[in-house]
Amino acid sequence: MTALAALEGMDRLTSGEALVAQNVAFAIMAITMVVAALRMVTTRNVVHAALYLVVVLAGVAGQFLLLGAEFVGVTQVMVYIGAIVVLFLFGIMLTKGSFGEDDGVSSEKRLMAGLVGLLVFGVMAAALVDSFEDAEVAREAPSTTAEVSDSIFSTYIVPFEAVSVLLLAALIGAIVVARKD
Amino acid sequence: MSAVTTLAGMGDRAVLAADPLLRGDIDLGIVGIVVLKVVVAFALLLVSVMLMIWFERKLVADMHNRIGPAVAGPFGILQTLADGIKLFFKEDLIPDRSDRAVFKLAPYLSLVPAFLVFAIVPIGGDFSGDGTVTWFGERTYLQVADPPVGVLFFLALSSIAVYGVMLAGWSSGSKYPLLGSVRASAQMISYEAALGLAIATVFLTSGSLSTHDIVATQVEGNWNVLATGVVPFLVFLVAGTAELNRPPFDLVEAEQELVGGFHTEYSSLRFALFFLAEFMNVITMSAIAVTLFLGGPSGPILTDTLGWVWPILWFSVKVFAFLFGFVWLRATLPRFRYDQLMDLGWKVLIPLSLGWFLLIAAMRVADAEGWPVAPVVVVGLAGMTLGAVLLSGAVAKARAERLADLDATEGVDA
Repeated sequence: MTALAALEGMDRLTSGEALVAQNVAFAIMAITMVVAALRMVTTRNVVHAALYLVVVLAGVAGQFLLLGAEFVGVTQVMVYIGAIVVLFLFGIMLTKGSFGEDDGVSSEKRLMAGLVGLLVFGVMAAALVDSFEDAEVAREAPSTTAEVSDSIFSTYIVPFEAVSVLLLAALIGAIVVARKD
Repeated sequence: MSAVTTLAGMGDRAVLAADPLLRGDIDLGIVGIVVLKVVVAFALLLVSVMLMIWFERKLVADMHNRIGPAVAGPFGILQTLADGIKLFFKEDLIPDRSDRAVFKLAPYLSLVPAFLVFAIVPIGGDFSGDGTVTWFGERTYLQVADPPVGVLFFLALSSIAVYGVMLAGWSSGSKYPLLGSVRASAQMISYEAALGLAIATVFLTSGSLSTHDIVATQVEGNWNVLATGVVPFLVFLVAGTAELNRPPFDLVEAEQELVGGFHTEYSSLRFALFFLAEFMNVITMSAIAVTLFLGGPSGPILTDTLGWVWPILWFSVKVFAFLFGFVWLRATLPRFRYDQLMDLGWKVLIPLSLGWFLLIAAMRVADAEGWPVAPVVVVGLAGMTLGAVLLSGAVAKARAERLADLDATEGVDA
């Protein structure tokens, strides 16, 4: 249902311009992402859950490509699929000996998890509706890597540097926590 | 097709490609040319992989003073074909304790990225002009696609290729493949950082991510290998060799320690897919190295008739030099120890390529601001030396403290 609603939304955004292929691609990816996300939280095999997460993240990258933000899309693949989920898998492989169904996976806290999920959904939906409402977002030309870097290093230089210092602090913190000496 | 034309009409640098072929309206003829390019690239890659496997076996045999494959066809050139047919008809085993779905998926996760990388490599085109060839009255690049993110696409695919190795080892349900795959993925991730930093230096000198533009800035012998000051090229070669899991960095398949590495449990066609992916990666890595550092297909066009053959010839010669080098390394160098491998990656290659990246960036700034170059280089090199001294001092101190601790707690003689 969400995919269909979003489809209509996209048609409206493009104000009559036929973007059939994009819409079909969007619907396919959105449905795949939703199914993979559901399977991710329901499967009892931790490695399979990580792989479903890869499908969801790849779908996000695909959506970025559809919107013409290819630098963001490729970065999504490199950072999330290429680094973060690989680290997850590393952790699982190095700590877990057995294969198949994992008895250690419990669903005791499913109520709390569901509440948190709803809360996040609510906050994001409210923020999106509040900031855009009926505004028609102009469909802009694909943003090139140069444009992205220009805006990061001029308009958004302060938040960018703040985030990088934060990441550096987290990195050093991780090393301090992990090292014994 | 409507989506394609809309996007292509949005600007010179649309999502799909900057290829002049895809600007404006797209008719059946253009689709035909694209399909033709895809089929040619696919077939070319497969045939060259077949010849590469034969070439490697033959050359290593020569260097070992053996004969090598000699029975199938002239000089044994059909040996790979025979091996392929043999593997095709072997029994397909899936271990009992394996994770069947993932076990079946893993070979494709290795093979598909290996194929896709070749799509962004320009293999021909007259780069003394705008790097196009004219086919059936249409101007086009001699590469399957020229995405504006170009080389980042290569980095993204090489990070996906880790999954093939990792999941193959894990899903086999057996300990040696698991150990092999943990080694392999740790190695590939570690060296990807150095590889990316070495490539980033090329972005600085060429000013573009697109492979076509990178080649276009290297015409008339102005190759990036010199423009970036050789060091990134050397880092790329070492990191690339490690990324390919080739000797001297082939700990992934150290036969003496791991039986066969991550693909121990694979047989038949699935094993053949891994084998194919491995050699295909050797060829695509060579092609990427040629594109980034050695000017790709650019070179003198010596005759007027059949002028389009020359760039392809230069490209093939350069790639062949790399392939020869990779085989030579295999026949010459002993394998690294695992801690040496990690030390080389994290403590030498990454700091070196990062420092060099900053140096080249400083030189670009000096160039733009009109500062004299020599003081910038001297200050930059001095800064790098200071950094190297501090880093090695910190590493040595941490090591001494660790050994002292170990000595105190467990009585190991440091």
